[in-house]
Amino acid sequence: MLAPLSWLKEYVDIDVTPQELQDKLFSCGFEVEELYEVGRDIHDVVVGLVTSCEPIPETHLHVCNVDAGKYGSFQVCCGADNVTAGKKFPLALVGAQVIMTAKDHVTVEGVMTIKKGKLRGYDSEGMLCSGVELGVSDDMFPGASYNGLLVLPDDAEVGTDVKPMLGLDDWIFDIAITANRPDCQSIYGIAREVAAVLNKEIKPLDLSFTEDGTEKEGFTVTVDAKDLCPRYIAHYVHDIKIGESPLWMKRRLALVGIGSISNVVDITNYILTELGQPMHAFDASYIEGNAINVRRANNGEKIVTLDEKEFELNDQNLVICDGKKPVALAGIMGGLNSEILDTTTDVMFEAAKFMRDNIRKSSRSLGQASDSSAMYAKGVYEYTTVIAMKRALHLIEELDCGKVSSTHVEVCTGNSIEPRELKVSIEKVNKVLGITVPTDDIIRILTSLDFAPVVNGDELTLMIPAYREDMESYPDVAEEVIRMYGYDHVVSTFMPTAQVTMGGFDLRQRSELKLKRALCGAGAYEGIHYSFFSPSDLDLLRLDENAPERQAIKLINPINVDLSLMRTTLAPQMIRAMARNQKRDLLEGKIYEIGNSFIPKSLPLTEYPDERETLCVGVFGENESFFTLKGFAKIVADTFDLTFTYEPSVKPFLHPYQTADIMCNGVKIGYLGKVSYEIMDDLDMRVPSFVMEIDLRQISEYYGNEQKFEPLPKFAIEKRDFAFVVDKNISCASIEDGIREACKYVTDVKLFDVYEGIQLGPNKRSMAFSVVFTPQNEEFNDEMVEGYVKKILKNLENKLSITLRG
Amino acid sequence: MQTKLNEIREKAIAQIEASKNLEALNEVRNTILGKKGELTAVLRGMKDVAAEDRPKVGQWVNEARDAIETRLEAQLKKLESEALKLRYEAEKIDVTMPEEVTEPGSLHPITLVKNELVDIFGSMGFFVYEGTEIETDYYNFTALNTPDDHPARDMQDTFYLTPEFLLRTQTSAGQVHVMESKKPPIKVISPGKVFRSDDDATHSPMFSQMEGLVVDKGISLCDLKGMLDEFVKKIFGSDNIKTRLRPSYFPFTEPSVEVDVSCFQCGGCGCKLCKGTGWIEVLGAGVVNNKVLEGCGIDTNEYSGFAFGIGLERIAMLKYGINNIKMLFESDMRVLKQLHE
Repeated sequence: MLAPLSWLKEYVDIDVTPQELQDKLFSCGFEVEELYEVGRDIHDVVVGLVTSCEPIPETHLHVCNVDAGKYGSFQVCCGADNVTAGKKFPLALVGAQVIMTAKDHVTVEGVMTIKKGKLRGYDSEGMLCSGVELGVSDDMFPGASYNGLLVLPDDAEVGTDVKPMLGLDDWIFDIAITANRPDCQSIYGIAREVAAVLNKEIKPLDLSFTEDGTEKEGFTVTVDAKDLCPRYIAHYVHDIKIGESPLWMKRRLALVGIGSISNVVDITNYILTELGQPMHAFDASYIEGNAINVRRANNGEKIVTLDEKEFELNDQNLVICDGKKPVALAGIMGGLNSEILDTTTDVMFEAAKFMRDNIRKSSRSLGQASDSSAMYAKGVYEYTTVIAMKRALHLIEELDCGKVSSTHVEVCTGNSIEPRELKVSIEKVNKVLGITVPTDDIIRILTSLDFAPVVNGDELTLMIPAYREDMESYPDVAEEVIRMYGYDHVVSTFMPTAQVTMGGFDLRQRSELKLKRALCGAGAYEGIHYSFFSPSDLDLLRLDENAPERQAIKLINPINVDLSLMRTTLAPQMIRAMARNQKRDLLEGKIYEIGNSFIPKSLPLTEYPDERETLCVGVFGENESFFTLKGFAKIVADTFDLTFTYEPSVKPFLHPYQTADIMCNGVKIGYLGKVSYEIMDDLDMRVPSFVMEIDLRQISEYYGNEQKFEPLPKFAIEKRDFAFVVDKNISCASIEDGIREACKYVTDVKLFDVYEGIQLGPNKRSMAFSVVFTPQNEEFNDEMVEGYVKKILKNLENKLSITLRG
Repeated sequence: MQTKLNEIREKAIAQIEASKNLEALNEVRNTILGKKGELTAVLRGMKDVAAEDRPKVGQWVNEARDAIETRLEAQLKKLESEALKLRYEAEKIDVTMPEEVTEPGSLHPITLVKNELVDIFGSMGFFVYEGTEIETDYYNFTALNTPDDHPARDMQDTFYLTPEFLLRTQTSAGQVHVMESKKPPIKVISPGKVFRSDDDATHSPMFSQMEGLVVDKGISLCDLKGMLDEFVKKIFGSDNIKTRLRPSYFPFTEPSVEVDVSCFQCGGCGCKLCKGTGWIEVLGAGVVNNKVLEGCGIDTNEYSGFAFGIGLERIAMLKYGINNIKMLFESDMRVLKQLHE
């Protein structure tokens, strides 16, 4: 929120510099996000008296002599139509900085430095300025918006800086207010904190006014929706004279970015800024039935708000009605039907507390917001409604724009707005902090916050003002004490009272890291992709309508449709990542991700879904193949001392003949394959790309399996090579199995050569295996090994009808 | 006879010295010492030598053979060493040509930071709890002292899946699960992905946090500061880094603080990284709100605790100087290849 220094000074004697105040506020929990002088862009502009003013022939220009007091006299050429001898205007001296405007003299284009110049042969030393060129509007200084020179008062002293008289020497604090302190979303709220941190008195608000005894006979307020409106105050003001607000009020509103509208409307905006209480002023002559009713809207009921937008309401929206119709969207915006106009003579002021949740939700669902609704959403206290109404009535009198009647109606549910008692233990307060704050300091701090502390032994009794709903128990008191006492008093200790505990990763986390490191060791880089993906990702994979991957959890409020589903597979993002790299001319790479896929047990969700930890690997490049990717599956298997097997498979997004399911101990745990040409075409992929997914949950039961040491063989191993000519449809795995199962001494089977050629005939290939026999209890002799070889060959012939290559 | 032997010897030596390669040398050896060699022939002719002369002739032959063999050996060594030299010369390379390595991949910067944090906090006795990315409204908000109408719900824009289920907005959601299942003393860190409806140059709708929680007897704000002092020294690798606490607000801690560290780039004098303030905001923390502890059945007369939350991307970006958070989620090989363990 924006707080002008001059406004704060009305309530606190601030005797520190703006920068010092910024530091003080920061230390007690109010970060000043920006601190700036209102006229930060303006310097070296002084009051100048035009002593002579002669037109330059055949131009609209005048050549003037300008008296700038102690700075001397200057010849200045001026094109403004209101330049007049004998009048005083702001003179930007040579070297001054002012705001630069476009040719229209209105549009701001930046800042500029004034230099000596020559116009039509006349020297010009300086520039007479308009309001726009000084960043001043009518609200800051009367007449400043005129498209010509800004006219200064005749009594302005020649040669003095113009900034103070234009309000440009003020400072603005843009302060971040944390969500627990809605009471500080106002000038007076901040002033309270400033007073406390500077150890000064806060000056009271002037709340005085005199009711003139007139009554609006029979006027009633009823609140049907008490749960949404615990306090509603209405006060009737008559003999309203709508007019301009005084300069001081217009200027203050301008400093916080609010344009002046009329005295009555300005009062409501002024109260909102000063006290943080949204107020509304109804033209009382349009209130039908002499009644106000606060209720939930009827479904389908309509209202047109001040900005002439029509809304159709439902029973979730709160409305202020007169005897017949809605006249305001409660807390958000008044109705056009009871707007304050120049002709308004009677006003009904409203100060109310509406529940923030309701206002926030209505504001969001209707898409209608205002400064008021923003304030309600942050939180408004009942305490403030009462103060605000008094302050508004005081301002009515101060501005002399109406008469305060005796018709005051206050409807509330009985919540107290008096200070409430809070007793805490001083020891407990100190225990939270870990230091002992001297009791005198505690008393000083809590007194400065208006908590009226009374100490009795260890017991501290506080009277908490009603605007501090956040104060509930001793930790809250501890926080108030330490933020004022200073966090630099907190010393570093290292849990001297705590017990020793065991730390670090558990087995699953350790295993996952081990896997990641193994994959890195094989040259793959870890990537992380979003947990949500797009419906178009499912289409990219050409998954059919009933594919389980389509059963994805939907976000109710996604940022956009591309981030609207919780991913059920990691493959599409990996494929897109490979495509993105290829688009950037990175034509080889290996990427893996370990992340969750989200499998609902029911849709819509009624219980936690299955968050399935999944490994996805993508490799791409001219040198990559199905088998290089399969190497990564082997790494996974080796990491956990497992053996995977592979079965040909089909996936709609993979090459029909280069796809396999990955099996572990008979359970399908994933797949791998080559990205289909259709997808490569969709995504402009240029090099062969492969993708694999493994459900890590399926192998997590093997995490931490102790590896067993096998004694080295006592006897020499034997090696034999076999070459077969086989039908292509006989798989390598089946031959391997045929070899292994025929002899218990076979400890390793490796395919070491594959050959295809015309001389072998169509659909045939030659496959050469190297087989290792490891003796167990006795040394092999040639005869024994020959016997094993024969058994193997016999088994292969029986099972697969294959024989040794001739 | 002696003359003949001398002739053989000298001829052989001449041939040996004329041999330019191993084959030629072998040839010489064969023609002189081989089965049909000249010297062998002399030996064979010993039977024709008078018996009294035999010892003398035998000696001459042996002398001739020894001399020849010595020369053969010497020449062999010479030729071998010349051959080796040639081989070396033939294999001369340009050592300035580029190296060939099979480059290992690397862990993601976020994983690197996470591992480092786990190392630091693990050594302090924190175990690692990873909650679920999909949470209930209760664990993400209500149990963390953030009821329905609480203004803090406005502080973070939440992705909802149903009115009850949402994507967790903070790893603090794990706090309550831990406290419900484990009695104090508790020291836990909870790293993971979190989600907020923010998408611009400095915000990503998904990012990573690590929550830390300590619940034990006599835990105070001073312990929080002491632990954070150690943590920042380790993570930013300097003993000169200072921490600063300043008041803030989180519903689940009271008091709440923002923690700044002295700028490790300029040492606190003010630079671009710290926007001239000398301090960098790194995390939020505080003393655990009693309502949160009590909600988990922990007796606040006996136990107290502190909690803290660290943005992992923020640490990664600070540590490695990464300037765009989105880069972390695009798997651009050029980005991934830059950072190693």
